[in-house]
Amino acid sequence: MKRFRFKGLGLGVYAFLALAFLLIPIVYTFVYSFNDSLKNNIAWRGFTLHNWTNVCDAAGICDAFAASIVIGLISTVIATVLGTMIAIALMRYRFRFRSQTSLLLFLPMASPEVVLGAGLAAQFLSLSVNKGFGTIIIAHVMFCISFVVVTVKARVASLDPALEEAGRDLYGSPVAVFWRITFPLLLPGILSAALLSFSLSFDDFIITNFNAGAVTTFPMYIYIAASRGIPAQANVIASAVFIITILVVLIAQIAASSRAKRLARLS
Amino acid sequence: MALAAFSTATPPQQDQEPAQRRRSGIALVLLLPGVLYLVLFFLTPLVSLIITSFQAPVLDGDIGQYQAAFRWENYTEAIGEYWPQIIRSFVYAIIATAAALLISYPLAYFIGVKVRKYPLLQNLLMTLVIAPFFISFLLRTLAWKQLLSDDSWFTSSLKAISILPPDAHVTGTAFSVIFGLTYNFIPFMTLPLYSTLERLDVRYLEAGNDLYANAFTTFRKITLPLSLPGIVSGTLLTFIPAAGDYINASQDFLGGADTSMIGNVIESNFLVLQNYPTAAAMSVVLMAVILVIVGLYVRRSGTEDLL
Repeated sequence: MKRFRFKGLGLGVYAFLALAFLLIPIVYTFVYSFNDSLKNNIAWRGFTLHNWTNVCDAAGICDAFAASIVIGLISTVIATVLGTMIAIALMRYRFRFRSQTSLLLFLPMASPEVVLGAGLAAQFLSLSVNKGFGTIIIAHVMFCISFVVVTVKARVASLDPALEEAGRDLYGSPVAVFWRITFPLLLPGILSAALLSFSLSFDDFIITNFNAGAVTTFPMYIYIAASRGIPAQANVIASAVFIITILVVLIAQIAASSRAKRLARLS
Repeated sequence: MALAAFSTATPPQQDQEPAQRRRSGIALVLLLPGVLYLVLFFLTPLVSLIITSFQAPVLDGDIGQYQAAFRWENYTEAIGEYWPQIIRSFVYAIIATAAALLISYPLAYFIGVKVRKYPLLQNLLMTLVIAPFFISFLLRTLAWKQLLSDDSWFTSSLKAISILPPDAHVTGTAFSVIFGLTYNFIPFMTLPLYSTLERLDVRYLEAGNDLYANAFTTFRKITLPLSLPGIVSGTLLTFIPAAGDYINASQDFLGGADTSMIGNVIESNFLVLQNYPTAAAMSVVLMAVILVIVGLYVRRSGTEDLL
């Protein structure tokens, strides 16, 4: 018994160290957003709030941030709609070419990003398409769809079919059953798929780099700045996005767990 | 939550189809837009890549002008010139995947099995595991570059306690590239491991204990085989992006003059040198090797249902 406890403790310490390892660069980025730095945010020169109150001081950074937000929102909406439709079809209907469809959805996740990026760029090149906002959005939707399908599919699988049957028994039309029963039940899954899509799109560099043309997204801004020095404002934007996303995730989790507790009490 | 997207193990599908088979028209309407999208912007680009990889330069043309051809030499020349980068990519990716597995397995086991009694804590810990996804990939990697640079407090304290020799350089070496790859893809390893270990029935472990197996035998005979699906999808999800990555190995990030990988070759040939056929040929080589590895790996481990 004593040995068992000690083993559990060792594993806990190990897990704590591994998590600390994962979080070190996040803490570093956050701390250095307060650095009173010159052009290059490397040496610690003292604490300041200036970077947080004057985010747009670094030339071009706010344009890049705005570009990433717009691209992220548009890509998320398109990918979430297309992916949710596929997820519902995969879980609720049998059809021919089902396994081929699954393979088609799996392959983008199993392809290195550099291949996806170079492939699209080669296609745009052969069709003489000018690269810019449109081509970035096309690329982002492409790699987000599969992740949306997997996320929503997990949610569809956990739905109780009896609820929809009850709706049909009460003479609900298929459209009414979908919008009043299926869709609300799927909504948490759809929202987390959308959040995931947005994070993937917002942070993508490798595929975007091949298809951006003259447009600079936030990750591209960092890549270009990396050779001459990153302004502390980049840390401010990244930290702010991090804090907002993590708050959304935590609130969703706490809400889900308290709902689960309520349901457990009811039944 | 967002976690579900990465856990490639799907719950068992029930076959409850009857009355819905005739409504396959609806299925078609639901599927068609997304599937068409992927055909246009995922499959066709792969075909474009293959076509581009055989193109020949236009005679007397500018840099970056190519015409349709069937130039096999693009492949032999590219492999002849870049074989060190090809080998390096796979060696780095294999080491990084193994390191990520060693770091992630105990972590996933702790969160999935030991903390099971506290679901909220379990979720919070998994949020910490995926937290790196919510901060810029490039900034995270640059943070390690600063932390590992020669005069940082991190490197100096490692030198002070003699883990590192006093004149060691960390950044720009193979070590720092593999370190970066390992760090950046640990969440991809931990998530699928967690999703299988979370469902591991602890009564099997108790049974092993009751039958006088020691902790190691119980692990080898019970825990490990039961978590194999997670190990398979975790290693694939880590290996694939690691083999194709070109950020960690870039000289502006954790790499040096002789750490460049396939991704760096594709990027510089495509975007800088405008040598599209070489970039395309290297992409096809990378994709082909990965498809072969994925196929073999999945067949050997017997996990056919990846999605």
